[in-house]
Amino acid sequence: MTHRATGSRALSTGALARVEGEGAMRIEITDGRLVDVQLNIYEPPRFFEGFLRGRGYREPADITARICGICPVAYQMSACTAIEDALGVTVDGQLRALRHLLYCGEWIESHTLHIHFLHAPDFLGYDSAVEMAAAHRGAVERGLAVKKIGNGILETIGGRAIHPVNVKVGGFYRVPPRRELQPLRDQLERGHVLALEVVDFVAGLDFPDQEMGYELVAVAHPSEYPMLGDRVVSDRGLDISASAFLDHVQEHQVEHSTALHARLIQRGEYLVGPLARYSLNAAKLSPTAAAAAAGAGLGATCNNPFRSIVVRAVEVVHAFETAIALIDGYEQPDRPDVPVEARHGIGHGVTEAPRGLLYHRYEVDDDGLIADAVIIPPTSQNQATIEHDLFHFVEGHLELDDDELRRQAEVTIRNHDPCISCATHFLDLTVVRS
Amino acid sequence: MSTASKPSLAVWKFASCDGCQLTLLDCEDELLAVTERLDIAYFLEASSATVAGPYDLSLVEGSITTPEDVERIQEVRRQSRFLVTIGACATAGGIQALRNFSDVVELMRIVYATPAFLSTLSTSTAISEHVDVDFELRGCPIDRSQLLEVIGAYLAGRAPEIPSHSVCVDCKQKTNVCVMVAHGTPCLGPVTHAGCGALCPSFNRGCYGCFGPVESPNTDAMAGALAATGMTAGEIDRLFHTFNAWSEPFRDMSVSVAPPMTRQS
Repeated sequence: MTHRATGSRALSTGALARVEGEGAMRIEITDGRLVDVQLNIYEPPRFFEGFLRGRGYREPADITARICGICPVAYQMSACTAIEDALGVTVDGQLRALRHLLYCGEWIESHTLHIHFLHAPDFLGYDSAVEMAAAHRGAVERGLAVKKIGNGILETIGGRAIHPVNVKVGGFYRVPPRRELQPLRDQLERGHVLALEVVDFVAGLDFPDQEMGYELVAVAHPSEYPMLGDRVVSDRGLDISASAFLDHVQEHQVEHSTALHARLIQRGEYLVGPLARYSLNAAKLSPTAAAAAAGAGLGATCNNPFRSIVVRAVEVVHAFETAIALIDGYEQPDRPDVPVEARHGIGHGVTEAPRGLLYHRYEVDDDGLIADAVIIPPTSQNQATIEHDLFHFVEGHLELDDDELRRQAEVTIRNHDPCISCATHFLDLTVVRS
Repeated sequence: MSTASKPSLAVWKFASCDGCQLTLLDCEDELLAVTERLDIAYFLEASSATVAGPYDLSLVEGSITTPEDVERIQEVRRQSRFLVTIGACATAGGIQALRNFSDVVELMRIVYATPAFLSTLSTSTAISEHVDVDFELRGCPIDRSQLLEVIGAYLAGRAPEIPSHSVCVDCKQKTNVCVMVAHGTPCLGPVTHAGCGALCPSFNRGCYGCFGPVESPNTDAMAGALAATGMTAGEIDRLFHTFNAWSEPFRDMSVSVAPPMTRQS
């Protein structure tokens, strides 16, 4: 079906592919003018915040992991951080280092999946990584090898790659002796070399010029490129503690989506994820990641969503180098967890999921049961910005026929690696031209 | 890509976290070999190209929670020669089946300001409650080796060899010290289907039942043993009612006076 922009057109497709979870996109064009763009998320609602009420304070780490099979560690980290905050417990030293190491595994696995399976085929003109493998077998096999090493971290520390079993409020169930990490370290050295090659591979792709004016928001840590942290900052002066997050961010429901939309109060839509993390923290990258970023032509900040694939590849290098340093500095702690006792409290947790800031808030009652839970995943926060990107892109490309417009609009969405399961919720494209 | 000679594979998603279909992409060493034996005809998470059915092998992830999905699973069944459900959502309704014990309108109000926009059922149910299923693979998430066994068995035209004993058997085979006997750690291993490789006890943790009930579990004796470790009735209820809450023997477990999940905040 190929209608031109000058008329009024209607177009629809099946579900959007190569995103995690399910959703649809609707574009309305009247008399050659773009009227409306909506990212429809109709992933069936699962009501996590509802059924968490009345569960024990140790349960959200395992239950909220099931919101997303691609980034379960992010859910476990934000949940534990928030509940530890509510119960007045601090997890630091080697236990924090092990959490950081586990998180490196998830960044490597999730980013490498997105780079090779979801995003690179768009730049090279394929429908899938499997199809891409016919002409780029080496690149796909390298991606699989890197992903496997990331999963190796998750399996060694967490027990398995999807829904790890070893994370608990206060620390871990079991902490590995130092010698158990040595075989992993050898693999990480190899992964680090391969990850640097991946940066070269993605830096050579063709990127359209598209500098966007988003407000960029990320977790902040005084010295680390953020995975774990307790402050939230933006490139326009926002600088708040995790506990003030809901004073500045407002979620609202829209009719076309089961994901709630988030906005900064009196500031509007914003972006979380690799572009935000990089632009706010480029100086904190590990040495080889910083050098790889410079070599790939990234400046001090990056506002081009198409180049997010390069930022992800740089973050994978950073995760490898960080993981190796964490293992080198590791000494087995005396006990696997910090003692925790139930009491009434309200706590907040912010950590950086691969797709961006993930906020959890829990109220725990005197008996240690969850009285209230709030979860704001990265894709909810980005949805308004993704719609803004889509509007901007479609408005500038109304001359394209429907098939090409649909294809490129899907690319615009995939730039942001939306995790629709995370949004606790789905993409399918409809273009209505009337 | 040729479709004439190879069987076709379709992967379907209903209400779920995507983790079980991700397990297929996590077969890093085998994935390209699998695609040499099977044509990926429909797998939205991995490919924009879709081929119309019917499909030889369908893997179905997720549970049925909306009126639309009640219809869609019928169409998936019609289009599938051999249909395998993967994971706790598809085989038992998943964590979201906690709504089955609760008032879904109340749950909607907790999460959404305008529940009227939502289209949802009051229950989350397994695929087998709606259509005939040729094989069920358990787990939250499923195990990668077991998924490869199911695909390999399908290609070889034989039944998959998936053990049906309890987690305890795997634990003994791994010569783990029993966490319940030695440390008094509550563990669902005796009533839970094997498949994880006795993962939690290997990490000094009690099994939390993510592969669902073993056939004919003695849940009453299990509840008694859990109580002897000092667990409260509410804690025992919650342990049974998590990722496989709606699977038959776990569903009816209620040792506390009040049913679980009705606590008002």
